[in-house]
Amino acid sequence: METMRERFFDVTTDLLDRDPRIALLLADISADPFTEAARRHPDRVVNVGIREQLLIGAAGGMALTGMRPIAHTFASFLVERPFEQVKLDLEHQGVGAVLVSAAGSYDWPAGGRTHMAPGDVALLDTLPGWTVHVPGHPDEAETLLRHAAADGDRKVYVRLSAHRNAEARPVTPGRFLRVREGRRGVVLAVGPMLDAVLDATEGLDVTVLYAATVRPFDAAGLRAALGDRPDVVLVEPYLAGTSANEAHDALADRPHRVLGLGVPREEHRHYGSIPEHLAAYGLDAAGLRDRITAYLW
Amino acid sequence: MTTALAPQRSARPYGFADLPGLMARMTGDEKHGPAATSTLDALWVLYDRVLDVSPSSVESPDRDRFLLSKGHGPMAYYAVLAAKGFLDPEILASFGTYDSPLGHHPDRLLVPGAEISSGSLGHGLPLAVGTALGLRAQGLLDPAVWVLIGDAEFDEGSNHEAVAFAGAAGLDRLHVVAIDNSSATHGWRGGIASRFEAEGWSAVTVDGRDHQALYEAYTAPHPGRPHAVVARVEPKNS
Repeated sequence: METMRERFFDVTTDLLDRDPRIALLLADISADPFTEAARRHPDRVVNVGIREQLLIGAAGGMALTGMRPIAHTFASFLVERPFEQVKLDLEHQGVGAVLVSAAGSYDWPAGGRTHMAPGDVALLDTLPGWTVHVPGHPDEAETLLRHAAADGDRKVYVRLSAHRNAEARPVTPGRFLRVREGRRGVVLAVGPMLDAVLDATEGLDVTVLYAATVRPFDAAGLRAALGDRPDVVLVEPYLAGTSANEAHDALADRPHRVLGLGVPREEHRHYGSIPEHLAAYGLDAAGLRDRITAYLW
Repeated sequence: MTTALAPQRSARPYGFADLPGLMARMTGDEKHGPAATSTLDALWVLYDRVLDVSPSSVESPDRDRFLLSKGHGPMAYYAVLAAKGFLDPEILASFGTYDSPLGHHPDRLLVPGAEISSGSLGHGLPLAVGTALGLRAQGLLDPAVWVLIGDAEFDEGSNHEAVAFAGAAGLDRLHVVAIDNSSATHGWRGGIASRFEAEGWSAVTVDGRDHQALYEAYTAPHPGRPHAVVARVEPKNS
């Protein structure tokens, strides 16, 4: 089955062919799939080696000259390791870039903690002005990557995962999509969590919203979906509760409740597979159904 | 915000001898210690004789770029920018005050002529690498990219990521001026220049107070390789 990361290779190669403003910066990760693109565009496909501070600093420098840089590596090394570069070499310089990550939270469980960055979106939340896309399917990833590349000079984070939904949804960047209607609260599924949320809420009288963009947070979409039962369950494929503040802000004018489900903060010292980790975190359909029903009923 | 380009003066242009007076508007003292002026000669020779950038070309895609990475102690930089007409000398006196564009570390969104915002050490050289890459990718092969670092700033590992990559990539429009006032806690065995040379750069070490030596070092040919000028000045704590 095609992954979002594989689609990223194809889409970015096409963007490089079409738009002379686009540059791709790599730090060894995913260098092989771009060999042909690098041959065609030697000055716009740049692999800096295993140097992630330089990866972001060079992206900032290219943006200063008017380019639209796309920087890519695993989330641990794209957001966490060079976080001060993200803060100073992009935002503080007043320039933008597209950061595209892979292997965010639990994509390579056998790789252990060093390759897990469930706090990436929460970290970006400490900075102003970031758009954060979390697609759940390769088709959505393509839509959002093309949108990000053409999104002026904005700072955009696209979080690609090996975990995906079976079918693509007709996503609009920045808007939540109503997938199921109900009366007893809203469950907001982010990106790859949608299939498990739909299984978990089968037969339950709840609205299911789908978010492939979480920043900016579609407060109007959430409010419109609520009806007269202001209870919200967030199901996110990264640190639990990351969007809780956004949900609280969206509902600040009324009494409400928010439950934030996601990857726990505690380090989970097990290897194994993605399904085993999702089950351990309570993010498989059974675990979600237990927690959603306990909260809403 | 009080950013404005300086009005054209009808009087003679500012010279090097005017810089202490311009700095005094920020510091209130005509006499400045070596630490405050460690960059002064290197900056002056660059802006006076080497860089192809002026107040009228600060938005031009083919201007030379100067990136002040060592953002600490920017009075000398502001004085040179004022002397060269990038900013109004009248605003120097506002240095560090609430509404001033002139902070104790420069902000490119506030200071006319400043290419980057700096202060946290080790960011300018990677940004300069990206600037050189971006210019090359757009076919702008003439503009030079200069970045000023300090010998203590060179401790930051991000510099070494940039030095190694720039040498390997042969970024020959990239130039470093490293102000060496012996302030790095553990020093640099074999000298700073050797770190650049080991990565394939052209490098030269000169007296950072000798304007002609600086000029010759700045303009030395370095085909196919980035170029580093180590400008040695009095030790910070002398």
